[in-house]
Amino acid sequence: MSTDAAAVAEPAVESYLRGGRGLRSWLMTIDHKRIGLMYLGLIAFALFLGGVFAMVLRMNLWRPAGGLVSNDTYNKLFTLHGAVMVFLFVIPGIPAALGNFVLPLQLGAKDVAFPRVNLLSFWLFALGSALFVATLVVGGVDTGWTLYPPYSLEGARGLGILLALCGVFVAGFSSILTGLNFIATIHTMRPPGMGWFDLPLFLWALYATAIIQIVATPVLGITVALGFMERLFHLGLFMPEYGGDPVLFQHFFWFYSHPAVYIMILPAMGIVSEVVSVFSRKPIFGYRFIAMSSIAIAVIGFFVWGHHMFVSGQSKWASVAFSFLTMLVAVPSAIKTFNWLATMYKGAIVLKTPMIYVLAFFAIFGVGGLTGLFLGSLATDVPLHDTYFVVAHFHFVMVGAVLTAFMAGLHYWWPKMTGRMYSETAGRISAILVLVGFNVAFIPQFLAGVAGMPRRYATYAAAFQTQNRVSTVGAFVLAAGLLLAAWGLLASLARGRRAPRNPWGAASLEWSAASPPSAHNFERTPVAGHPYDFTGLRQVSEEAGWVRAAGAAP
Amino acid sequence: MTSRPGGGEAARPRFLAEHFESLEAQLETSTTGIWLFIASEVLFFGALFTAYGVWRANHHQLFHYAQHFLDWRLGALNTLVLITSSLSAAWSVRCAQLGRKSGLTATLGLTLALAGVFLVVKYFEYSHKLHNGLTWGASFHPSPEVLLSLPEAIRALPVPEHLGTFFTLYYLMTGLHGIHVLVGMGLFLWLIRRARRGDFGPGYYGPVDAVALYWHLVDTIWIFLFPLFYLV
Amino acid sequence: MTDSAAHASVQAASGHAAPGPHALPVRVLLGTALALFALTAVTVAISRADLGAWNAVAALGIAAAKASLVALFFMHLKYQGRFKAVVFVASVVFAVLLVAFVVFDTTQYQADVRAAARAGAARR
Repeated sequence: MSTDAAAVAEPAVESYLRGGRGLRSWLMTIDHKRIGLMYLGLIAFALFLGGVFAMVLRMNLWRPAGGLVSNDTYNKLFTLHGAVMVFLFVIPGIPAALGNFVLPLQLGAKDVAFPRVNLLSFWLFALGSALFVATLVVGGVDTGWTLYPPYSLEGARGLGILLALCGVFVAGFSSILTGLNFIATIHTMRPPGMGWFDLPLFLWALYATAIIQIVATPVLGITVALGFMERLFHLGLFMPEYGGDPVLFQHFFWFYSHPAVYIMILPAMGIVSEVVSVFSRKPIFGYRFIAMSSIAIAVIGFFVWGHHMFVSGQSKWASVAFSFLTMLVAVPSAIKTFNWLATMYKGAIVLKTPMIYVLAFFAIFGVGGLTGLFLGSLATDVPLHDTYFVVAHFHFVMVGAVLTAFMAGLHYWWPKMTGRMYSETAGRISAILVLVGFNVAFIPQFLAGVAGMPRRYATYAAAFQTQNRVSTVGAFVLAAGLLLAAWGLLASLARGRRAPRNPWGAASLEWSAASPPSAHNFERTPVAGHPYDFTGLRQVSEEAGWVRAAGAAP
Repeated sequence: MTSRPGGGEAARPRFLAEHFESLEAQLETSTTGIWLFIASEVLFFGALFTAYGVWRANHHQLFHYAQHFLDWRLGALNTLVLITSSLSAAWSVRCAQLGRKSGLTATLGLTLALAGVFLVVKYFEYSHKLHNGLTWGASFHPSPEVLLSLPEAIRALPVPEHLGTFFTLYYLMTGLHGIHVLVGMGLFLWLIRRARRGDFGPGYYGPVDAVALYWHLVDTIWIFLFPLFYLV
Repeated sequence: MTDSAAHASVQAASGHAAPGPHALPVRVLLGTALALFALTAVTVAISRADLGAWNAVAALGIAAAKASLVALFFMHLKYQGRFKAVVFVASVVFAVLLVAFVVFDTTQYQADVRAAARAGAARR
């Protein structure tokens, strides 16, 4: 007992939260942990804003004729709901907020490779977000988040579209810089003894994500810049009236925006890999397959963008090729899923909040992935395109899967970030509410879509009323779950029990730092072992967390 | 990775950032970073090259006609200027690595000057075109004089529709490249200031190397722009 | 790890006993520049001849050769670890993928665009 107490007793570590005081010490910090927390703040705000838009949309759809907001307002709301959620929550959510905090810690490093670039990246993101909010002030945008010309670049559009394009451009650069930083960090700052196949799978996922961020995002940047100039100077690239080709815009847009789906889902998969192993008390099954399938998804993801353009005037040969290539992505995704399930098999599953969210992820991602096959195959996509089937599908993948994984990761690393344990009761209930609410909200949309309800309209035929009402109820349950989770987490700051170094019995390096870590993360450079080797780890008590017995493998 | 800078923990090199163990590790990281940046630049220009390819493949007549508005001699001159500046930038890295301070300042200065020459030539090209109504997209209205300057065989052809799109591509691609040249000039100015202060030497030359790599990329892009607009 | 190994071998090959950096010899610098000048002259000369579609092929081929020279020697990719080469080559491959796929697709649907334009004109 006395040795345990000695191992557990906290050395006097000054937490990174207390190192510097005042607003300036946060806004100008180059500490990756503080930058991660600031990202988290902005991203939570974006989620809230996008969520409020979603609630208004769902309420408007309560009655077939709408009427809560004008049809014009509805168009602007669904555009901003999409743009805010995609560009400001789902894309940066896991890599920029959780990734920034966790990546150097999992490497046993003091910081990311380029801390100043990291701060610049944060400020670019903040500026991009501000530009999006500014579009609201000047009257909004009603083009849909895809900003397709010719409609989006017509002369009659106001200032809103220009601000939105600038916002995407600036936020895009933030994303490129984050990706660059992550790859350089993982390449050059691994501790002695940590080979490529000793990396936690979350880092493999961030690495694969960063490849996409570096390669795809510049194309989006140039595309929105061209759109901006087309609108102002009539370049003749995208607008038919000046001799331009609007399909070219779609090619450019999806060359980024399809891989961007993997920017969203890959880090989510990384979190799942961490959590499922720790809470099954079992080393991850098929480590190398999971690691390599992340890279495979990142690379194959570049060859499938045309499946968004089956009905856009793309040539039939391109459509056939893209349809075939799209099916290939299913392979690495399935490899991951089977490995996760095999990890749980005969494991000692602990149903803490992160694990419940991960189980929700499996259910939601399974449905999202399988319905993707319907849309990837050319023949079924043509009738389903631009119906609610598409809306439901991408919400299952981009929202359901990413959101549950984000919540899993947030609860998982919350003790490390804040030094406090959240309320397990609130967390568990929130996870169940999110799972139930999500499915109730979006399964009816599949049904409405198959029955032919088109997307993006403020009103609909009376025949779809039941599906829409059920969906609206589900959306409110989902929102209630998220609010409960937010309350549970925030309340822990005031009332939560102090978190030990290793509350979950995980083996990756971040859990050998203090909770919360000091400004330099580790008091002495940690020795890297395999991140899923749980031998010798045992729980001292709920309060004191887990320690590795002396003499056991590191 | 394990090699320690001379002096161990006691004498920490001045330009070694806090989160690195050694200057070698820091250099390795900064080179990795700059190569990743170059990769994203390649894709940044890649989209513009795609637009070029689309128009060239589908509207060949635009290029056949409009190319005669460009003076290949000025393009070739600028190519030579940029290659020389690239040589000078590569040489500056060598000087920094060997610790030759005066050579470093001189080569950096030469690179900066050549970048300036490039932009002056570009300025004359742009102003001549803008003056004659050879502008982008829908605003393209060539003056009668500039049309008269075309070769006989070309003048006989009908003016192709949407000829301005050629100039859209021309201004976008050379303009974005020109912005990169401007940024490069700023970086070289910064390097010259630091070189005169004696910051660089065999132990620490990362910034010179990084800026030179960026500059070579700028050169490489022009190597493609020159034949695509001025020659074929 | 491969990066640092390659780095070390470069240092060994350069013959510096101390941990000095590998500096490019003057011979390589000047040779590369001369080759670039020569190729510029060649590409101009070829463009004066009318080879039809081959003009573009030749111009792009020579430009690619010049770019490779710059990358290999001026950017000392030849002496760097493998990872930098992978990054650079991969970015070029993805850029070529974008160009190739989009150009292929636009050439395929041009016929549809023209047909639609004719149909529109006929209706009017």
